[in-house]
Amino acid sequence: MDPLSWTGAVGAILNPALLVVSGLFIVAIILMIVLSFFAPPVTLQSNADGTVMAQGGIFGLVETAVRGLLFALLAVIVAYIVSGIVLPYGDAGIIGAVNKQFTPVWISLVGTFVVSIIYKRKLGIYGKLFDNIIGMVGFGLVMFWVFTAIYAGVFDMIATHDPLSQVSGLKNKVPGVPVPGADVMAPGSHYLLGGDNLARDVFSRMIHGSWIVVQIAPLATVFAFMVGITLGLPAGYFGGKFDTGLSFLANLVLAFPVILLFYLLVTPEMVETGIPSYMAAVLFIFPLIFALVLLNSRYHTQPALRTIILAIVLGVLGVLYLSLVNQDGTVLHFLPDWLDLFDVPGGILVVFVSVVFVNSPTIYRIVRGLAMDIKTRDYVAAAQTRGEGPWYIMLWEILPNARGPLIVDFCLRIGYATILLGTLGFFGLGLPPESPDWGSTINAGRGLLSIYPHPALVPAIALLSMVLGLNLLADGLREESLKD
Amino acid sequence: MLRFLASRILTMILTALCLTFIVFFLTNLSPNLEKVAKSELGARITDAEVESWLGRNGYLEPTLIRYGEWLGVVPGFTHTAADGRVTGRCIDPDMGPDDAPKFCGIIQGDWGFSTVFRRDVSEIVARGLGLTGKLMFWVMLVMVPGALIIGVLAGMREGSRTDRTLSTLSIVTTATPEYVSGVVFITVFASSAVGLKWLNGSATSAMDDITIANFTLPVLTIALYGMGYIARMTRASMTEVMTAQYIRTARLKGVSFRNIVLKHALRNALIAPFTVIMLQFPWLLNGVVIVETLFNYKGFGWTLVEAAGNNDIELLLGVSVVSVLVVLITQLISDIGYVYLNPRIRIS
Repeated sequence: MDPLSWTGAVGAILNPALLVVSGLFIVAIILMIVLSFFAPPVTLQSNADGTVMAQGGIFGLVETAVRGLLFALLAVIVAYIVSGIVLPYGDAGIIGAVNKQFTPVWISLVGTFVVSIIYKRKLGIYGKLFDNIIGMVGFGLVMFWVFTAIYAGVFDMIATHDPLSQVSGLKNKVPGVPVPGADVMAPGSHYLLGGDNLARDVFSRMIHGSWIVVQIAPLATVFAFMVGITLGLPAGYFGGKFDTGLSFLANLVLAFPVILLFYLLVTPEMVETGIPSYMAAVLFIFPLIFALVLLNSRYHTQPALRTIILAIVLGVLGVLYLSLVNQDGTVLHFLPDWLDLFDVPGGILVVFVSVVFVNSPTIYRIVRGLAMDIKTRDYVAAAQTRGEGPWYIMLWEILPNARGPLIVDFCLRIGYATILLGTLGFFGLGLPPESPDWGSTINAGRGLLSIYPHPALVPAIALLSMVLGLNLLADGLREESLKD
Repeated sequence: MLRFLASRILTMILTALCLTFIVFFLTNLSPNLEKVAKSELGARITDAEVESWLGRNGYLEPTLIRYGEWLGVVPGFTHTAADGRVTGRCIDPDMGPDDAPKFCGIIQGDWGFSTVFRRDVSEIVARGLGLTGKLMFWVMLVMVPGALIIGVLAGMREGSRTDRTLSTLSIVTTATPEYVSGVVFITVFASSAVGLKWLNGSATSAMDDITIANFTLPVLTIALYGMGYIARMTRASMTEVMTAQYIRTARLKGVSFRNIVLKHALRNALIAPFTVIMLQFPWLLNGVVIVETLFNYKGFGWTLVEAAGNNDIELLLGVSVVSVLVVLITQLISDIGYVYLNPRIRIS
C-alpha cells in the first residue's frame, strides 16, 4: 500500500493552474490597491443615445482582471473538489480523498445555496444575505461546519476512523500515510491528514471536534443573550438604582481578565466546591424568566388563555432547567432519577457556565444602550399612552426594534465563544484531555509543533475558518440591514 | 473635571477591592487550602492533621478577616503553640515575635512567598512584568501605527475597493485568535520539517537578548489579533468624520484631498481609536498569556499559568492584583484621555 500524495494524478494539471491563477490574483489585488491612490476612479458616463458607459481607464481594467481571476480561482478550486468526488478513492490524492469524505456536506451546501438563492426575495433579511458576496462566503463557511458537525456527530459519517482509537506505528506520521494491514484502496485505508502524538487520526479528530464546538458555542451564546436581554432591558428602560447596581456588576466582570477568570473557575477543585453548579442554577434560570415574562405581558388581558400557556411553558422549560441543573455527584442533586432527563458531564458544564458568564455582561451593556436609545421613540410613547405595562413595552416594542444590531452581535458572539472555547482547550482547562475539540487538539499538538506541525495546524485552520465565517456573516448581515 | 476625576478614582478603588476579594475568595477555597497542606506535609496525612496544620497557619479564620490581613489593614495572624513559641503571618522564622511588624499585607509591600519558585512574590512579579513590558513595547510599536494606517486608508473613501479589501483583511485578523496565528506562523516560518525556517519557534532566548529571529513571531502574533479590531474602529471613526459638515466646507473651499485627510479629518478621527487602544489592554493580557505559553517566554503571562497550574496561592494573588490594576488604570486613562482629547467635553 502506497502513501497518498497531496493531489495525486489530477495535480499534474490542476497544481500549475492553481499556482498561476493565484499568483496573478495576488498581483492584481496589490496593483488595484496601489492604483486606487493614483488612478482616477471609475465613473459612469451617459451617452447621447441614452446608454450608460463605465469610464474605467487603467483602474477599471485592473478591476475587471481581478474579477476574472477570482472566478478562475474559484473554478480551479471547484475542479479539485469535483475531481475528488468523482474519481475513485486515491486517484486525486489526499485532497481528493478528503473531499470525497465531505461529499454529503458539499451536496447539502449546494442544495442550501440553490434553494436560498431561488427564493431569496421571499426570505427577508436571510434572503438579502445572498446579495452580498462577503455574507455569502461567511454563510458558506459556517454552514460547511454546521453540516460537517451534524453528519459526523449525529449520523457518524465523514470521519474515517474513531477519534480515540490508536493505530500503532502511525505516531506523528505525515499526511497520507497508509494504515498497516489495510490492503484495499478505500476510505479508512489511510490517515488522510496524518497521525498525532498518540497515533490517532488527525482528520477524524478534527471532524468530531466540530460537533463539540457547534453544540457548545451557539448554545452558550443563546444563554448569554437571555441573561443580557432579561437584565439589560429593565436597566435601560427604568434606569435609576437598579441600573447603577447592575452596571457596576457588569463592569466588575468586564474588568476581570478572562484568562484569570478561567483559571480560577475551571479547575477540578472549583467543581468540587460546587460553585459552578450554583452559577449554572442562577444563569440558566434566565431563559425561563424571559419566556414567562414575554408570554405573560402579551396575554395577561386574556387570563384563561394566559394560565394555560404559562402552565405549559413553565412545565416544559422547568423540567429542562431542573434536569440541566441537577447533576449526580454535585451539590445540586435533588431530583429523582426518572425526572432527570439528561446529564451534562461536569467538565462541559463548567466550560459552558464560564463562557456564558464572560459573555453576558457585554450583551447586557449592548441591550441596555439600545433600550435607552429606543425608549425615546414615538411608538414607545404611543404604547405608554395606550396604557401598556412596562414589560410589554420592553419585550414587544423595544426588543423587536433592536433586533438588527442584536442579530449581528449574535453572529460575532458565537465566533467569540468559539475562540473562548478554544482558549480553554488550549490551556487544558475543563474538557478532558482526550476530547477531540479543536482547542484541546491544538494544545496536544503544540509540544512538537516545530517538528510535526500537522496535528496542531489542522484544528487551528478549522477553527480559523469557522470563526472567520461567522465574522464575515456578521459583516454581510450588518451591511444588508443598514441598506433598509 | 476634578469632581469627575475623584468619582472615577473612587469607583476604581471600589472595583479593585471587589475584584481582589473575589480572587482571594476563589483561590482560598477549602479544596485549594487542603492541597496546600498536602503539598507542605506530604500527600498521606490524615484529615485531622490537615485541619490542625490549617489552624496553626491561620487558614481557618473567616475569609473576610484573612482578606484584611492579606491586604494589610487587619493585624497579622499569630498562633501560640503548646510550648509557648509564637508563630504568625508577619513573623519570619529568624525573627522574634516582638520585632515583627503588626501588619503585613500588600499595602505594606509584603506580597508573600511563592511556594513553586521559592522566592518572594514581588520579585517574581517584577521580573515577569519587566519581560512582558519589553514584549508589549514592541507589540504596541507594530500594532498601533499599523492599525491606524489601515483604518485611515480604509475610512477616507468609504465603500471604495481599498476600503473593502482592507476591511476584509481586518475581519480576517480579528477572526484569528493568537493560538491559531501562532501555530500557523510557527509552521510557516519556524518549523524544522516544512516551511521557510527563517525564524525561531521559541522566544526563550529573547529574555536575555532580543533578535529579529526570536522575537518577530511572538510580537506579530499578539499584534495581529488586536490590529484588526483597532483598524475597524479607526475606519468607523474616520468615515463618520469624513461625512461631517466641516469636511464638506473644506472640500468646497477647494482644499486638496490629501490636506483634508491629513489636516482636517485625522485629528478628530483619532479620538475614538485612542479609547479603543486603551481598552484593548485586558484583551492584550489574554494574548500575552497565550503567546508566552506558546513561545515559552517566561514573562508575566507565563507566571500566571505556572501559579494557577501549581496552586501557588500567594503568587496567583499577586499576579491577579497586578493584572486587575493594569486593567483598571488603563480604563481610567482612557476615560480621562477621552475627556481631555475631545474639546466639546473638555470645555463644557
